[in-house]
Amino acid sequence: MEFISPVLNYAQLAPILIVLAGALIGVLIEAFAPRASRFSSQLFITIFSLVASFAALVRVRNESSTDAAMGSVAFDGAGVLLQGSILIIAILSTFLIADQENFTALAASVPGSEEERTALQTDLRVTEVFPLTLFAVAGMLLFPLSSDLITLFVALEVLSLPLYLMAGLARRRRLLSQESALKYFLLGAFSSAFFLLGIAYLYGYSGSITLVGIQQSVVGGAGNDVFLLLGVAFVSVGLLFKVGAVPFHAWSPDVYQGAPTAVTGFMAAATKVAAFGAILRIFYVSFANAEWSWKPAMVVIAIITMVFGSAVAITQRDVKRMLAYSSIAHAGFLLSGVIALSKSGLDASIFYLFAYGIATVGAFGIVTLVRDSSGEVGDLNRWSGLGKRSPILASTFALFLLAFAGIPLTSGFVGKFSIFSAAYESGSTSILIAGVLSSAIAAFFYIRVIVLMFFKDPVEDGTSVVIPSALTTVTISVSAVVTLILGVYPAPLIDFITNTALFIR
Amino acid sequence: MNALTTMMLLPILGSLLVAVIPNDQVLRIKQAALGTTLLVAISGVLVWMRFDSANTSFQFTQSVAWIPSFGINYAVGVDGLSLVLILMSVLLAPIVVLAGWNESEGGRWSAKVFYILILVLETMMIGVFAATDVFLFYVIFEAMLIPVYFLIGGYGSGERAAAAVKFLLYSLFGGLLMLASIIGLYVISGRNGGHTFDITKLSEMHNYMSSTTQNLLFLGFFIAFAIKAPVWPLHTWLPDAAASATPGTSVLLLGVLDKVGTFGMIRFCLALFPDASKTFTPIIMTLAVISIIYGAFLAIGATDIKRLIAYTSISHFGFITMGIFAMTAQGHSGATLYMFNHGFSTAALFLVAGWMSARRGSTTIADFGGLQRVTPVMAWSFFIAGMSSLALPGLSSFVSEFLVLVGTFTRYPVAAIIATFGIVLAALYILIPVQKALHGPTTPGNENLPDLNLREKIAIAPVIAVIVALGFYPSPLLNVINPASAHVLELQGFTDPTPSDSAGK
Repeated sequence: MEFISPVLNYAQLAPILIVLAGALIGVLIEAFAPRASRFSSQLFITIFSLVASFAALVRVRNESSTDAAMGSVAFDGAGVLLQGSILIIAILSTFLIADQENFTALAASVPGSEEERTALQTDLRVTEVFPLTLFAVAGMLLFPLSSDLITLFVALEVLSLPLYLMAGLARRRRLLSQESALKYFLLGAFSSAFFLLGIAYLYGYSGSITLVGIQQSVVGGAGNDVFLLLGVAFVSVGLLFKVGAVPFHAWSPDVYQGAPTAVTGFMAAATKVAAFGAILRIFYVSFANAEWSWKPAMVVIAIITMVFGSAVAITQRDVKRMLAYSSIAHAGFLLSGVIALSKSGLDASIFYLFAYGIATVGAFGIVTLVRDSSGEVGDLNRWSGLGKRSPILASTFALFLLAFAGIPLTSGFVGKFSIFSAAYESGSTSILIAGVLSSAIAAFFYIRVIVLMFFKDPVEDGTSVVIPSALTTVTISVSAVVTLILGVYPAPLIDFITNTALFIR
Repeated sequence: MNALTTMMLLPILGSLLVAVIPNDQVLRIKQAALGTTLLVAISGVLVWMRFDSANTSFQFTQSVAWIPSFGINYAVGVDGLSLVLILMSVLLAPIVVLAGWNESEGGRWSAKVFYILILVLETMMIGVFAATDVFLFYVIFEAMLIPVYFLIGGYGSGERAAAAVKFLLYSLFGGLLMLASIIGLYVISGRNGGHTFDITKLSEMHNYMSSTTQNLLFLGFFIAFAIKAPVWPLHTWLPDAAASATPGTSVLLLGVLDKVGTFGMIRFCLALFPDASKTFTPIIMTLAVISIIYGAFLAIGATDIKRLIAYTSISHFGFITMGIFAMTAQGHSGATLYMFNHGFSTAALFLVAGWMSARRGSTTIADFGGLQRVTPVMAWSFFIAGMSSLALPGLSSFVSEFLVLVGTFTRYPVAAIIATFGIVLAALYILIPVQKALHGPTTPGNENLPDLNLREKIAIAPVIAVIVALGFYPSPLLNVINPASAHVLELQGFTDPTPSDSAGK
């Protein structure tokens, strides 16, 4: 057997490789650099590699090929947009992660132990969160570009494993944080198993693991449809788990609540972009001609996800859990872009992902700032009167909530309009109606928070708004400005997406 | 520069001016707000004078691409209908500022925020009537809820936060139904000649819809407008909001914002879905008649003066809705004129009621009594406003109510006859409080109430002048309204029934 040396297109892979290299350097810094200099050098390396990766992406933005890595990675317009979104979100989240107040001093110490106390006293820091972030970002960058199922699985694991760890790093209520990490890990492992099973069935169906190969089998119609159905179902389970669609959502409220808030923001925004990118690619490329096998089920899942997420969010008393259920509802809205299965559906999904991701990072950035002596205040009742204490912060949070609710002149409205019209255009009237009704339900709890902040008097229980660090300020203000601009004048971005977004086969 | 765009920009500039004035110079802030609204009012009158009433197409038009890939434009223009409503809005704004000079003081936030909200709201009030792009209309329709929400919740009295939330949730629910219909229209326009939101082009789309589609889309718009107007049984938010808001905010809420509902019925329901409008007319006429009678009975039973005015408005909106769906030229002209007149007579009632309750420290009608002797000017103002509200001949409302009834009778005699009882009831609901509050012995505690001061006299004088002047000489407005009403009906093929001449034989 002849050995063929792999041919890689390094320019197109550069964004991923740069981030991976940054992560490796980060590991070396952890191992060899003196403790005192770790934080600043890690922060520098992380930001630098993310920005360099973005620059590398900009350089190759107009290229497209299926041969970036021997047919395993498809580099195309939609991929560039998704990667760009992930990188921007990652940079903004890193600024939040840099505020180490949120993280435990020593992840390995047992909660409540002497060791933990010493670590806190000596002011240790978990700088390993930076290389973990970079590894996760690398996986996320690869995920929506993977054009065969094995690469897809590898990318899924690369992005997931660091996130499981990062979820357990909270400084306060550590048991809760560790529990959430374990829960995330176990359920994630289950879903990965489902995903692998699905790959096996799809391989059995088509004799190919590439997305294009599967698509050809679907078009040819030679395979056994039962295998196709099982394959689609199991692969979908794995992917829908990552985006938190009902009934695979159970992890998300606990993990959102338990994880350090900066990590939650990163996870909520960036994972969603990456996972939806992959879902879009698989369904648009491989299964587009087998609509019968997944569309009815997907419509049902989308509707249940929207309605369930919105309805359950009403009962939440914790701001992070509320945002978790809201993100479930948004996963439902985003699935309507998958169901649309059209160019306008793809454009709308990418716009929605970007807009939602930015607003999410900003919202979680604000959550990190509302604290009392024992850390962040999650209880919504204690947020009352925030508008009096800190009008600018409360107004900004209100802006993000209005964007989530899809009120005009925010990015959320443009996203909602475009994604629902795409779904309706391809005939899904039920999605349109369910989407509009659950938006109405969702508006209720977003507005409840605004009422709390502005129309209730402050409770004197030590809840206060800390002065944000410079980096956190940057993240929050950039997110707010982008949310507003995309609501008032989204035309440039929409045109850019319309002209660029394309899945290459 | 386009006259309408300039009018919309002026209040925004005014709000920026208010924003830079230091917080402690409250008088300056008020002067700046008053100056701005006066300037806008003057430019509104100039536009009215330059308006060519013989021309039935949109005038002062401007169209700039906003989101080209969705076919969305910033497009404004006025016809007779929107001109009258814009004129009413910009004339009421300075009166509200002057009459409610001290309204901002009981608020949760500073006077500065109050006037910024008022000015931003004024921009939107002009924009919502001037928009000739359905998307632009929707954006303003939804966005204007936010300033009103904060005006009620932040500066009102009593259960202000709850009333504000109720108002917002009702309106958002209606708005989202309308969004579904707008998406439907957008998709249909995309299939028939390209995506557009231009009202003129969309008014041809009904030719391409099945009657089911048209009925559903119609309902989306109609329910939103019926909540806004409000029509029974969707009215329950109004009394709470009107009772909690400051008198000035109530004037804007009932006088202007609610008119968006009836305006929308003409501009969108009738023009976009003529067949569905005919289908639903019997139901809507019934609801309108119920509103007239039910609102009147509630008003008779009301013990709170602000609630009383809100209930009378429900009755009056019933008349307007009836005039619109009678689909006769007279009915339409009457309804449009009614909108204008209702704005002024409600303004007079609310402002005087506001002064009365501010002096007495109560809104209960029974607490007043003998005001005619103690405060003659205030009592006379209330009396004239009340007479206008019950449509006394010689005052402006008489003309419009008469036109509505005549216009309705030619097609729906039964509805018109039942509605006539509304006039009798109106005499009761106005004369009872007039008797209780103004006449009779002076209730203890009222002996030393001060009469209107100069500022208040200056504020109420133009309102009463308009009420009296238009009662005797309505032609300046009818000249503008009549061609527009005829045009709307003619465009969608509604014809007036031929008058039967059997009586003459």
